[in-house]
Amino acid sequence: MIPELGHFALIIALLLALTQAILPLIGAQRGNLTLMAVARPATQGQFVFVALAFACLVYSFLVNDFSVENVARNSFSQLPEVYRVTASWGSHEGSLLLWVLMLAFWSTAVSVFSRHLPDDMVARVIGVMGLISVGFLTFMLTTSNPFLRLLPAAADGRDMNPLLQDWGMIIHPPMLYMGYVGFAVAFAFAIAALISGRLDAAWARWSRPWTTVAWAFLTLGVGLGSWWAYRELGWGGWWFWDPTENASFMPWLAGTALIHSLAVTEKRGAFKAWTVLLALSAFSLSLLGTFLVRSGVLSSVHAFATDPARGAFILVFMVVVIGGSLILYAWRAPKMVTGGAFTGFSREAMLLANNVILLAAMGSVLLGTLYPLLMDALGMGKISVGPPYFNAVFVPLMAPALFLMGVGPLLRWKGDSLPDIFSRLKWALAVAAATGLLLPLTLKGFNPWASLGFFVATWITLTAFIGFRDRMKNGTRLFKLPRAFWGMQLAHLGLAWGIAGIAVVANYQEERDVRMNVGDHTTLAGYTFTFRGAVEHPGPNYRAARGTLEVSQDGKQLFVLHPEKRIYNASGMPMTEAAIHPNIFRDVYVALGEPLDEEAKTWAVRLFYKPFINWLWIGALMMVIGGFLAASDRRYRIAVKATVPAGAVTQGA
Amino acid sequence: MKSLLFSLLLALAGPVWAGEAVSIGEDPVIEQRLVKLGEELRCLVCQNESLAGSHAELAEDLRREIRAQMKAGKNDQEVIEYLTTRYGDFVLYRPPFKPVTYLLWLGPLLFLGIGGGVWYVTLKKRRALENTPVDEQQLAAAAQLLDGKK
Amino acid sequence: MKRWLPLILFAVLVGFFAKGLFLNPREVPSPFIGKPAPAFTLPVVATANAYAKADFSPADMKGKVWLLNVWAPWCVSCRQEHGVLMAVAQSQSVLFVGLNWKDKDREAEQLLADHGSPYVAVPDDLSGKIGIDYGVTGTPETYVIDQAGIIRMKHIGPISPDVWKEKFEPKLKELGA
Repeated sequence: MIPELGHFALIIALLLALTQAILPLIGAQRGNLTLMAVARPATQGQFVFVALAFACLVYSFLVNDFSVENVARNSFSQLPEVYRVTASWGSHEGSLLLWVLMLAFWSTAVSVFSRHLPDDMVARVIGVMGLISVGFLTFMLTTSNPFLRLLPAAADGRDMNPLLQDWGMIIHPPMLYMGYVGFAVAFAFAIAALISGRLDAAWARWSRPWTTVAWAFLTLGVGLGSWWAYRELGWGGWWFWDPTENASFMPWLAGTALIHSLAVTEKRGAFKAWTVLLALSAFSLSLLGTFLVRSGVLSSVHAFATDPARGAFILVFMVVVIGGSLILYAWRAPKMVTGGAFTGFSREAMLLANNVILLAAMGSVLLGTLYPLLMDALGMGKISVGPPYFNAVFVPLMAPALFLMGVGPLLRWKGDSLPDIFSRLKWALAVAAATGLLLPLTLKGFNPWASLGFFVATWITLTAFIGFRDRMKNGTRLFKLPRAFWGMQLAHLGLAWGIAGIAVVANYQEERDVRMNVGDHTTLAGYTFTFRGAVEHPGPNYRAARGTLEVSQDGKQLFVLHPEKRIYNASGMPMTEAAIHPNIFRDVYVALGEPLDEEAKTWAVRLFYKPFINWLWIGALMMVIGGFLAASDRRYRIAVKATVPAGAVTQGA
Repeated sequence: MKSLLFSLLLALAGPVWAGEAVSIGEDPVIEQRLVKLGEELRCLVCQNESLAGSHAELAEDLRREIRAQMKAGKNDQEVIEYLTTRYGDFVLYRPPFKPVTYLLWLGPLLFLGIGGGVWYVTLKKRRALENTPVDEQQLAAAAQLLDGKK
Repeated sequence: MKRWLPLILFAVLVGFFAKGLFLNPREVPSPFIGKPAPAFTLPVVATANAYAKADFSPADMKGKVWLLNVWAPWCVSCRQEHGVLMAVAQSQSVLFVGLNWKDKDREAEQLLADHGSPYVAVPDDLSGKIGIDYGVTGTPETYVIDQAGIIRMKHIGPISPDVWKEKFEPKLKELGA
């Protein structure tokens, strides 16, 4: 009964989404206020029904209703309760419902926080979001219904993919989808502006906080994904350039370019066509990611079970949404008026350079991800493009952008003087260069990659502090500085932290594969590991061999680690559950390999010493906080009264 | 209680067999090479994992084979050749630079070049622009619209 | 023109994606097509059809068109395939050689005795090294080798009656078997 209720709720949601899409768009075109007024209630109603459907799905998972095909395939009676909840978005169908829920949530948020916008703008934005909802709901109801019954019901489920039974997976998909779908708001604003022809600074001002929030969520999602892969895949890596990862990274790169270019459009009225194109691209790349992950055209570690019918549907949907928006763009772009003049050494020029590099990087990731497909489609054979390619291409490409990141925020709009800036920054440059050159020498000898990383991290950090100092020169106190400024600096500092972490862990991690009998010991990076054997350790839905390793330093025992090798009951899938002892300066990471003798006394054990790895996640978190901070800046809030002098807006952060 | 006793026993028994753990491949230099090379190679039967990271049986067989060849004194290039004659370029995560991959390897440079060109042209145009007061007016109007409406 | 550029780029990509939906990224072509089958000599587990030697080498098949079928007793999809191969071997004169890959539990002989053997010879690749020399990634895989010992075709996965009809029969005909 409950699954049918969910199914029914989805159908009603589709009807409401159709209403939300069609009536307000017609209303906006004809200037009919009654039709435009439909936008808000229809959106909120759609959200209620999608949420109801989602609740029904979670309920079916919680009560182990194995007469629902989706539950039978992705859950298990022994699965712990918390994973039964997350299993409801662990499958293709369920994650699609989560996607639609997020979309309805964002639409509702727009409908609530848009009271200060012109009615036709709101109607168009919500209408466009409704069209996207219609597409996804139709996709779900026709090819991927999460509520399909299984007759006769299965006796038990086949269990959730063991890889997904992890902490990181509880929050990673919702955050990632909040980001993906959040770009739909920027997309809808861009489309609305293109239709109405009102592409002005006001438009940029409206879409800016939404875009920044979406970007922050996406950053969090990508960061959590990386953290999950690090802990769960058991290889000690944190980024694999897998198509699924790239699918989330490309919208992130485009989104990062977008939030920077929006700044120029809002403040200087320039780059309008470019900003619109980026807004269209960020969401288009989210859709592309969905297509790549769910259609089976690429092979990836985490891809969903695939089906050509689904691939075909998303492809058609993409053609309609992306193709339609690009036609609209081509038609309207020439009408966009450009902003003011600036020189080659101005904040505008630096932001444009940042955009150019970010997009070149995004293009390279896209090229590398799709190249195997391109070659295959042209019948030129099969190749693999993996981490060595991406690392070789991505790092040199991004390095100049990271350098400019130090300079850009300190420049004035329109134009600045190079000698001036140089004299202000020469000390920072000298200190950063010295750190980059000398720090590796004190560690393990000259290492160009580590040097580059340290240089960039120090450079960004120092220039950020100079930025704060400059802003406080006129007597403003640190915590009185605008939140937008704080947010930007925090995000930049977060990136610097992350880069510092990457530079250390990529160049100075240590790793050993050893064969350990009970009582054997080995040393790595000054730690002594003593193996105390592995014992049978039953879990709720798996059997595990649980190893015990005592870790000591200079004869003093520090902590005990319990890595596990699990076999999941329902699927029979083996899983390596690494044991990690973290602190701010390093992780000690231990993974159990295979037993090497019959009695399982001797085991293959993989030991890692990962210095500064946690700086990566801390850096990502700082970027996220920075994003939220910037989006909550005073000038985006509506309560500002009409008494504000008209020119004030041009002097903000 | 029992487990405590057990671990106590183990702790006591420990020193009897305790020894320095052996590296899997015995020769740490070869192991290092194996890990480094393995990261450049694809585990053929997995969805998308490197040969170094995979636990698949074929990956283990191939690692054993590579280890044996390295021990026999073959260099990395010869090992790679051994694999590509059998499995083709598909096994390489770093595609070789040849006509069909020119676009792959030169694409990023091309993108950057195009981007640089766009940057330069835009700057030239912008510098030539008069700093029209219209812009400031429009920004002010926008501010009015944003902040002024209730 | 400039404003249409994004649309054109997107259209090109869509073309590739549409094509991609009909391709299988996991199906990797063998680099051996058109190259001589690697030589080896292995002891045989079972023989039939007047193949009387105690070991097998591809050179023994010189002048004939033959199929090297890589299989294993522990491989589930090989069981399905076994029935198809039996039917083919009974109705047509096709020379199957069954490379017994990594049969650690030594079950091949018993299995073939119980269920019949479609093979003229079953060389025993216990270590799996010969399979790797042929670029095998998993069982079953089947190679078509011509009179001169050149590999002409490779099929990955079990042979179904349809695959046999559509893929193997035309190839064998072309080779004049």
